This record gives sequence, C-alpha cells and structure tokens, in this order.
Amino acid sequence: MKKYDAIVIGAGHNGLTNAAYLAKSGLSVAVLERNPYIGGATVSRELYPGWTYSNCSYVCSLLRPEIARDLELPRHGLQVVPYGGGVTFKRDGDYYGNYYDHNRQYREVARHSLRDANAYERYATDVRKQTRLIRPYLLRRPPDPTSLKLRDLRDLAGFARSFTELGEEGLADTLRFWTKSVGDYLNEYFESDVIKAHLGGTGVIGTALGVYSPGTAYVLLHHYMGDMDGNVGSWGFARGGMGAVAAALAKSVKAFGGDIICDADVDRIVVRHGKVSGVALKNGNELPAGIVVSNLDPRRTFLDIMDRDDLPAELVHKAGNFKIRGSSGKLNIALDGLPTFNGLDRNNPLMLGDMHFTDSLERLERAYDDWKAGTWSKDPYVDMLIPTQTDPTMAPPGKHMMTVFVQYAPPRINGGEWTDADRAGFEQSVIDQIAAHSPDFKSLILHCETRTPREIEAEVGLTEGNIFQGELTFDQLLFNRPFPGYAQYRGPVPGMYMCGSGTHPGGGVMAAPGANAAREILRDLRLPDVVPGGYADD
Amino acid sequence: MKAGSDATMMLRTPFHARVAAACELNDWGTWKGYTTPRAYTDMELEYFAIRSTAGVFDLSPMNKYRITGPDAQACLNRMVTRDVSRIGVGRVGYTVWCNDAGQVMDDGTLFHLGENDYRLCAFARAIDWLHWCALGFDVSIVDESDEVAALAVQGPTSCATLLAMGLEGLEQLKPFGLTHFSFEGETLMVSRTGFTGDLGYELWIAPRQAELLWDRLFAAGEPYLIKPFGSDALDLARIEAGFLQAGVDFVPAESAVRSGRSRSPFELGLAWLVSMDKPVFNGRRALQREQAQGSRYRFALLDVDGNKPAHHSFILSRGGKVGTVTSAAWCPTAKSNVAFAQLEMPHGAVGEELVAEIYYQRELQWTRVLAPCRVIGSPVFNPPRRRAVPPGAF
Ligand SMILES: Cc1cc2nc3c(=O)[nH]c(=O)nc-3n(C[C@H](O)[C@H](O)[C@H](O)COP(=O)(O)OP(=O)(O)OC[C@H]3O[C@@H](n4cnc5c(N)ncnc54)[C@H](O)[C@@H]3O)c2cc1C
Repeated sequence: MKKYDAIVIGAGHNGLTNAAYLAKSGLSVAVLERNPYIGGATVSRELYPGWTYSNCSYVCSLLRPEIARDLELPRHGLQVVPYGGGVTFKRDGDYYGNYYDHNRQYREVARHSLRDANAYERYATDVRKQTRLIRPYLLRRPPDPTSLKLRDLRDLAGFARSFTELGEEGLADTLRFWTKSVGDYLNEYFESDVIKAHLGGTGVIGTALGVYSPGTAYVLLHHYMGDMDGNVGSWGFARGGMGAVAAALAKSVKAFGGDIICDADVDRIVVRHGKVSGVALKNGNELPAGIVVSNLDPRRTFLDIMDRDDLPAELVHKAGNFKIRGSSGKLNIALDGLPTFNGLDRNNPLMLGDMHFTDSLERLERAYDDWKAGTWSKDPYVDMLIPTQTDPTMAPPGKHMMTVFVQYAPPRINGGEWTDADRAGFEQSVIDQIAAHSPDFKSLILHCETRTPREIEAEVGLTEGNIFQGELTFDQLLFNRPFPGYAQYRGPVPGMYMCGSGTHPGGGVMAAPGANAAREILRDLRLPDVVPGGYADD
Repeated sequence: MKAGSDATMMLRTPFHARVAAACELNDWGTWKGYTTPRAYTDMELEYFAIRSTAGVFDLSPMNKYRITGPDAQACLNRMVTRDVSRIGVGRVGYTVWCNDAGQVMDDGTLFHLGENDYRLCAFARAIDWLHWCALGFDVSIVDESDEVAALAVQGPTSCATLLAMGLEGLEQLKPFGLTHFSFEGETLMVSRTGFTGDLGYELWIAPRQAELLWDRLFAAGEPYLIKPFGSDALDLARIEAGFLQAGVDFVPAESAVRSGRSRSPFELGLAWLVSMDKPVFNGRRALQREQAQGSRYRFALLDVDGNKPAHHSFILSRGGKVGTVTSAAWCPTAKSNVAFAQLEMPHGAVGEELVAEIYYQRELQWTRVLAPCRVIGSPVFNPPRRRAVPPGAF
C-alpha cells in the first residue's frame, strides 16, 4: 500500500482545500471519503433525471476569493454568479422586496415604513463596521490568549489594535453585537415587522436558537461577512450547483498530485507511541501516514474515530459537551415550470433572490418553539431560491429547480428517531406554506427530495445534521472553536490536525478552515507558507 | 438632413423602443451620437448573462461600410494589415489598418459577404480614409451605418436560443463564419463573432424588421435565460477576454495630436494581424523599419496581486516608471485582477515581474498600494465553448 505523507479524512470542501495546499507543497496526500462521491455538504447530485440538486448548501458568498484564485478554481470549472436581492411575502398578500439596487430598496422599505427606510442606512453602516472587523481574521488562525508564544502575542496585539480602532463606543457595540439576540438588535433600528423578519431570518439559519436567543446577532454577521467580487454581504450561485465548488477543488488537488479515494470509510485514527501513525479503515485496511487531518466535526473526530485512551480525559469531556444541535432540513424540488407568486411579476429581479414567507419575528420565534417542543415547525421559516433562473445547467430549458432550506427541524422527534411519516409531515408543512403564496406551485412539482436532520447526518456525517459542524455562538468561536486550547487546528496528539467547519472561522462554504489548517501543518513541517493571507479589506 | 432638425439631436437605434422598455435603470450613455444604455437593470447580472446564459447587446451604432466592385478585395488588401485574400467568402476577419507611418488608425471586422463584396465594421468613422485608399481602384464605398441594425447575442446559451428561434443549422457555423437566413421577407445575416470572448453571434438586419427580430429573439430565448446588457457589462467582458478597445487602449493614429502617442500593431500585441509577406499595404514600409530597429513599446496583459483594479496605474520596475495601464478590472468569472499595460521596451516579456502603483479612495481617504504583478501570456478567460462546433447547450 502506498505510503502517504498526509491523509485527510473526509472530502468535504475543507478537506479538499487542505489537501490541495499540502499537495501543492510537495507532500504526498490522500483524501479518504466515506461516500461514493465527494463534497460533504458541498455536493450536487442528479436524483431526478435532468435535474441537478445542491443537496445541502445551495448559495455561495463565504468562499474566500483569495483561495479560489490561488487554487485556480475558475480554471478548474468554478463560476459563481450573484443573484442579489430577496423578498418576504406577507400573509396579507403584499410583500417586502429587498432590492439589490439601493435606491429601489429605499423606496420599497419606505412603502412599509418611511423611517425604517432611512434607518436601514444606519443599520447597513453598523453591520459593515462589524464585517470589517472580522473579515481580516478569516484567513488567519485565531490567536491563543493564554499563550505566551511570540506569534500569539503579536497576533493578539493586532487583534486588540483593530478593536481599539473602533473607539470605546464601537467596542461596546461590538461586544453587544457578538452576544445579543438578532431580534433585540433589529428592534433597535426598525419598527416594521416584515423588515425585521426579512433581516432576522439569517440570524437563525443553521442554529438551534430563536431570534430572541442571545448570540444570534453574530449568526447574522456570519452571513454578511462574505462577498461576491468585493461586494460584501452579497450572495450567489455556483454554476452547476454547489458541487461545482468541490469538483473544482478536487481537480486542484489532483493537479498538484494528490489522490482522492472514495468509499473509504475511516474507522479510526491510529496512534502509536504517542504519535499519529495512520488510519484504519472500516474494511480492515490500514494506511500509514505521519500526518492525519480530520475534516469531520469535533464530536465525530474525537468521540467516533479516535480511541479515548489516546486522548486527554478533559478533551473527551469537551467534545461531549460541544454544542452541535440539528435545527434545519431541506427540500429540493424539480418543477415543470416557473411558479408564480402572489403580487410579483415573474420578470421582477426579486424572483432571482432568496424568498421567505415569515413576516414577523413573532412567527420566527413560534417556529422555534416547535423545535424546543421536539417537533418540526408547523409554520416554518424557509430560505427558498430558484437558481435555474440564472443557471441553465441544472434543469432542462423552461423547467426549474427550487431549493428550500427549512428551519426548524429538530434532530429527534419528541425524543425518538425521525420516521418516514414524520418526514412526510415536515415536507407537507413546507409545501403548504409555499402553496399559500403561489397558486400554481403544487401543480408544477415533479419530484421532491426531502432531508431532515436524520438524512443529513446519515449522508453527510454532520452530527445531528448541524450545518456548521457546531453552533456559531461566542463560546464556540475564534480561540474557543472548537475548544479552548485546541483552536489552532492542532489535535492532542502530534501529527493529528483538524480542518473542518468545526474550527475557526466556522461553518459555511468558506474554505478558510481547510486553508488555515494547512498553513499550520506546513509550519510544523518547516515548509514555506504557500497559503494566501486575506486581501486588505478596504 | 435638414439644418436644425431633430435629426441632429441624439439618435435612436432601430431597437430603441424595446431597449428603452427594458432599461429599468434609465442609465443612458451615448455612442456615436446614439442614445445607448450603460446598464439595463444591474450591470453585474448583465455581465453574468454573457458568461452564464445569453446576453443581447444593441450594436446598431457601429460604423459599417460596404465595399464592392471589381477591385474591392485588392483595395482592402492595400488598406488593412491582414491578407484579405485569405478571408474566404462567408468568413469574417478581425484586422487593423495603419497610416503610412505604420501607426494603427483603427481596428475592426471585415465581413466577406460575396465575391468582391465586403462590409467593414469600424470603431472610428472611416469613410474619408476608405475613399483615400480607393484612389485608383474600381470600387464603390457606401456608408451603411444607418441601414443595418445589429444585435450581438453572446453567451453559453446563445446558440441554443438562436436554434430555438428557427435558425436551423446554425450550430455548424464555425467561429468567424457568417451565414444568411430569411426572416419575414428580409435577409438576416448571422456571424459567429462578438466582443465578449465567449460563444456568441451577431445578427444583422434591415432596420424595419429590427423590433420584430428583438421580439422573436427574446421569446425564443426565455427558456435559455436571455437578458439584454449594456455597455458597462460589455466593457468588463472584453477586458476579461483580453480585447483592446480603440480610443481606450490606443489612440487612433489620425486623432493623435501629440507626437509619439499613437502605436503600431506590433506595439499593441497585434503582430499576428500583420501580413508582412503582402507586397504592399498601408504602413508596410514603416512597419518593416520597426521590425528592424525594434519597437518603442510593448502591450502587456498583467495579472495583478490583490483585488484593487489597477485603473490608470503607473507600472514600475525596480522603482522606476516603465509604463501605464489603459484598462483594468477585477474579472468576476476568471477571479483575476487584470490590467492592460503599455510598457516601454524591453519590458513586458511574458513572466516579467513588475509593480502596479494603484491609488484608490475609501470614504475620502486615498490609499496607495504597490501591487506586485506579472506579465501573462494569454487572456484569463478563453473557454473551449468559444471554439466548439457544434457548441453545447450551455
Ligand atoms: C442543508 C445544509 C445547507 C447549507 N447551506 C449552506 C449555504 O447555502 N451556504 C453555505 O455557505 N453553507 C451552507 N451550509 C454549510 C456548509 O455546507 C458546511 O458548513 C460546509 O460544507 C462544511 O464543510 P466541511 O468541509 O467543513 O465539512 P463536511 O462537508 O461536513 O465534510 C466532511 C466529510 O467527511 C466525510 N466523512 C465523515 N465521516 C467520515 C469517515 N469516517 N471516513 C471518511 N469520510 C468521512 C463526509 O462524508 C464528508 O464528505 C449548509 C449545510 C447544510 C447541511
């Protein structure tokens, strides 16, 4: 069996990014993937002939342009097309259109509240201040505040400097922002329910928290800190589906000489004499390697594929308590044509954007109440898009594909496993909600893939189906991600590393954890740093 | 045209009624005295129509000249740098033409419509120069600019759209080929040409059928996600594809007032357009001299570090200025920061490392960046579908 310098467990987009940089540095690298296909939560598959679904992640903004450019992802086939804008349909038949064009958006907000239209400008500025603070740290390892190493002290000083630049008031704002609920935060700016609901939804996407739970304001920031070609906060579609991100990364890995091996289910990271010595597969094979990198979430990494005997007890305890709760599900729908929505012209640019049907924070909170009660939301919050309006590759001409991300879906139903009947009930609540605003929707449905946390966990291996490989709350961010003392991508055993979304800067199709981890590995090997730092964010 | 009539105000192209209806932003510019949109709804979405679906651009204001008669080929062969005899009937050639000093007057496309029957599309007005060149040749020269309406249909689904419109067999048309269809009693000429570097076609029709053509095109294109685009999106696409723009990346020689401001084809990276083996053509002697003595400048495509476009930057080598940038953009599909530069010789060889001195302003504060950049050998965007015959569905 071939001896590799490094083995990456999991061909999620972070595992692939990590492997690309290790291979680029001349290491012999293999990526081992449990599934017959690559991508993890960055995957697209044809489950209904002629239609491609992005089965998990569906929109792109966080993907670091520095990485995409450096690994030549466009040359390897990746194109990301912005969609701009969004809309929230109201129960009274009206809607709020979040136009991409600023003046158009002002007029539209003013239709609901003149004062909110003006307040939006202040809100946008304040959010920009926060994104400016965080963005430079995306492609850096978080400093360890307890370390006395020169590099950490230097990083910390830089960190402190960007905070003090904000001034006393700015600092207070920042702390509030990072700990507040998105509901409270929006209430400080706006009076209109629909505006608050439209903006507030992003504060709970992927998290098992409600709009009034502390910490959700940060989740909103997490969705704003990406960019499309320099437009901070804007989102787009990967042409051909999110699987195109993984496919391009895989080509990059191979171009640098790395191997990607599918159907390779890793049973265990093998530790000998206090050092990593390779991995053992479920089929009994063992692959030796001095470096093993886990793309899995922290729970799986430490509790499933490592022996407790190889780990400090304290770490096992931390991994057990790591917050990684399932909260979301997804419907991918093949449509016979473009559905119409009440009050909206089909040529309106809002049709290209994210659509929602929850018109108040109150309804968002009620949707969360169902999660707490151990069931799916009867009146869910959805983030719905029809990418085939700009992407000709995912459905036949004139036909469409709809992606519907749904909150909330708990990891278990009333303490028990999800059943197929539960899944059908979940699906129905979503379809009914859409149909209430779209008279022809139901008649256009050709096929529907419905994924609850059960399917997401089983197919992608995300514990409880948590989309970010762990909650994005302050206690699990920066130098606390995944745990204090382990935030710099190094595991507890020499030669063992982590590169998944469970590490800084967290979940989303970002490629930053994978790249940052590669930088640390190269550093330990005393190899030159080939991983790009961030562009100056100005 | 009567003196003082409305006709001396801004003109409208034959598609204007449709264009105006689609131009939600009312973001108008001018082109050769015509009112044309800079953007319709959103510049970026329009750019991505070119790169991901199909985009439509009204290029009616383009200068078009018809050159016919027994000496048409001979006359053009004397005027332009390319060997016109190698551009067969049914083919289109991109070319430049020079003054006697070997300086580029303009670039354009030459359509070989039939035996001794050509159409020249030019950026600058060229009727006077054509007549100069025609001296002693038996040719007729007609300014057809207002008699031919034109639309560019560009992007990966452009072929599928036009096939759906009924242009049977179009998928067999090779790049730089042209063909004819009948369209409601008129002849519709279609060429596989464009200024975007993508798969694309240009449609040429008599103005009275222009609106009908627009309507048919957009009806057929709906399932192929067709969208009109303005000049801003076009500019971004052409920079990404590495295409020069006359008046931006070079000064048309006859409009250069200051000496030394014009450029030869060699200095613009267009040596491939110059057939030195033709015995005579305008500027040949000067170009021969330049070949012997060396050029003053070299055109370079630069890949610039960082994400700040190097608009109007000085290009430095070891701290000294060796050139300037004429066009620059962050290219959204290639994800590259591209600049076109005019560099003093001997700079500009592929692989050379240089520095772009970039200035940009944020909230009234100017920042200067010295961004490393390197000379690249080919454009950052050049997809296989641009050349594929037949092209795929997208
Ligand atoms: C439904 C859903 C919607 C989302 N929507 C978006 C979105 O629109 N935009 C966005 O930016 N982000 C979104 N996300 C989040 C984003 O997709 C994830 O955070 C990101 O893809 C995780 O990438 P990763 O590489 O860190 O890990 P993963 O993608 O989880 O990759 C881990 C890989 O490891 C493999 N694996 C697991 N166990 C083993 C084993 N024992 N042996 C070998 N291989 C193993 C898995 O099969 C998987 O391929 C979404 C996520 C989900 C689930």
